[in-house]
Amino acid sequence: MAKRKDNTLFKQSVRVFFSRGILVKISLAIIVLFLFVSVFAPILTPYTETEQHLKDKLQAPSSKYLLGTDYIGRDLLTRLLYGARVSLMCSVLSSLIAASVGIILGMIAGYYGKIFGSIIMRITDAQLSMPPLVLCMVLASVFGGGIIGVSIVIGITIMPGYIRMIYGQVLGLRENDFIVASRLVGQKGYKILFKHLLPNCFPTIIVMFTMNLGTAIMLEASLSFLGIGITAPTPAWGSMVSEGYNYLIRRPNLALFPGICVLLVVVAFNIVGDAVRDAIDPRLRGKL
Amino acid sequence: MARFIIKRLLIALLIVFLVSIFAFSLMHILPGDPARISLGMDASQEDVDALREKMNLDKPLVQQYYLWIAGMARGDFGDSIVYNRPVKDIILEKLPKTLSIGVPSLIISVTLGIVFGVICAIKRGKFIDQVLTFFSTVGIGTPQFWIGILGIYLFGMRLRILPIQGYVAPSDNFGDYIRHAIMPVFCMSLSMIASVARQTRSNMLDVINQDYIRTARANGISERSVIYKHSLRNTLIPIITIVAMQVRNVIGGSLIIENVFNIAGIGALLNVAVTNRDYLIVQTCTLIISLVTVICNLIVDILYGVVNPQIRINGGN
Repeated sequence: MAKRKDNTLFKQSVRVFFSRGILVKISLAIIVLFLFVSVFAPILTPYTETEQHLKDKLQAPSSKYLLGTDYIGRDLLTRLLYGARVSLMCSVLSSLIAASVGIILGMIAGYYGKIFGSIIMRITDAQLSMPPLVLCMVLASVFGGGIIGVSIVIGITIMPGYIRMIYGQVLGLRENDFIVASRLVGQKGYKILFKHLLPNCFPTIIVMFTMNLGTAIMLEASLSFLGIGITAPTPAWGSMVSEGYNYLIRRPNLALFPGICVLLVVVAFNIVGDAVRDAIDPRLRGKL
Repeated sequence: MARFIIKRLLIALLIVFLVSIFAFSLMHILPGDPARISLGMDASQEDVDALREKMNLDKPLVQQYYLWIAGMARGDFGDSIVYNRPVKDIILEKLPKTLSIGVPSLIISVTLGIVFGVICAIKRGKFIDQVLTFFSTVGIGTPQFWIGILGIYLFGMRLRILPIQGYVAPSDNFGDYIRHAIMPVFCMSLSMIASVARQTRSNMLDVINQDYIRTARANGISERSVIYKHSLRNTLIPIITIVAMQVRNVIGGSLIIENVFNIAGIGALLNVAVTNRDYLIVQTCTLIISLVTVICNLIVDILYGVVNPQIRINGGN
């Protein structure tokens, strides 16, 4: 009986997810394409991302270089494909960091209450008092510019969102009968956290995770654009825009195409994120 | 009420204190000696040591922190290691540029955002709502650097109707200022309009679904009055929070906008300072930025307390 109920709930969720119609489908298609490209980049292009053709600098799009070449003769399309990989890796890695640490801190703050809670929450407040990009920049000077470093920086920056959300959820759940009961039968704190509280937070976590992927991509692109994110020669869309900016009059595609990629992917993730939220937990509307 | 304000004030102070510790320790765990960076690689060790002493870098960290805070309290922010000038002068010189782009963006985005959000909420599900909601999703997802460069390409290079880059102070030549500021202000406002509209829409929808609105309708009050007198007024309270958040976004946006449009404001200053490890500028800017946000939030909290007695009694928890 319980299983059947789950099944219909699942079906219902899927139906709501797609009821926004064509936009969500297009966005999903963009994300799938983006995933495909980042996995199969080496097969899709005859060049490598750092391969320079110094004789063919700043070429216009041609049959040899489908989108043209940059200032040291690297194929733009190849770099865009590999850039997808960098973006995706950064956003997934940073969201995983933010989610894992943020969930644990949020649960501790919510469950153990008073002192722990207020310390963690005040630190989050302090973090939120800075613009995300400023925080990223200052942190980036410590963690350096590789994919790992940038992911840690972005992870720390988007963490407060998770902490606050989970904190609020746990505060609400804490007084429920099943938690009080487990406490009364003497179950250990960490068991209650991970066995009882965590599963109840899962819907929110899934929603937050999807919605944050786009934010992370945007932050990475902005950092790389400013020259403190992913460093050369690794192809990151943001740094490609800033390199291409110098040749804007001659070859506008160098700066504009990587930006369009960021735009498409971030918007697609946001639309899918909204759809996931409405399907899983419509009460979060307006909060996330 | 006094107790509520004092409590909020203490929390705000605590947050600023945490940020100051964060900024200070971050800049001091970085590898590299600021005195060496300031004097260059050719300088003799004696000169570097002398400068270290002058900059208090030879003292224990706790004392350095104390001296930094005490100096700021006196209005002495220390000297920049890159510009060799007082940090305070540099910041005061850059601030007007950032403000003259940021303040118009803030005003435009809050007004337009609220108007669009209200339209969406009233016409929920109708064509105009769908169009505006779509555009706000796109607006939030549009990288500021990209829209800026696109604007420069289209209006500056192709159509040649707007200057490509640069900045003119409004006091020097107001017409030139407007011409230079149009694109930066537009780029900065775009995502802010979108996020204000989104939030306003969902707040307004929350209010419209409340029982008292249904009661008002049931009592035969005109739709106009329901919307403007009953719904909008209650929507506006949470919007104060959104406005406070936009102040934060303006400062974040200035990092990108000033880079794209080559404006020498606070954002550009911070960018250069982080790259050059100009630690006093980074510390001071971070602290001031968070101070501004905290003060805005404090005002919002107190306003909430004034408007809503429930919050006042619960102490805002």
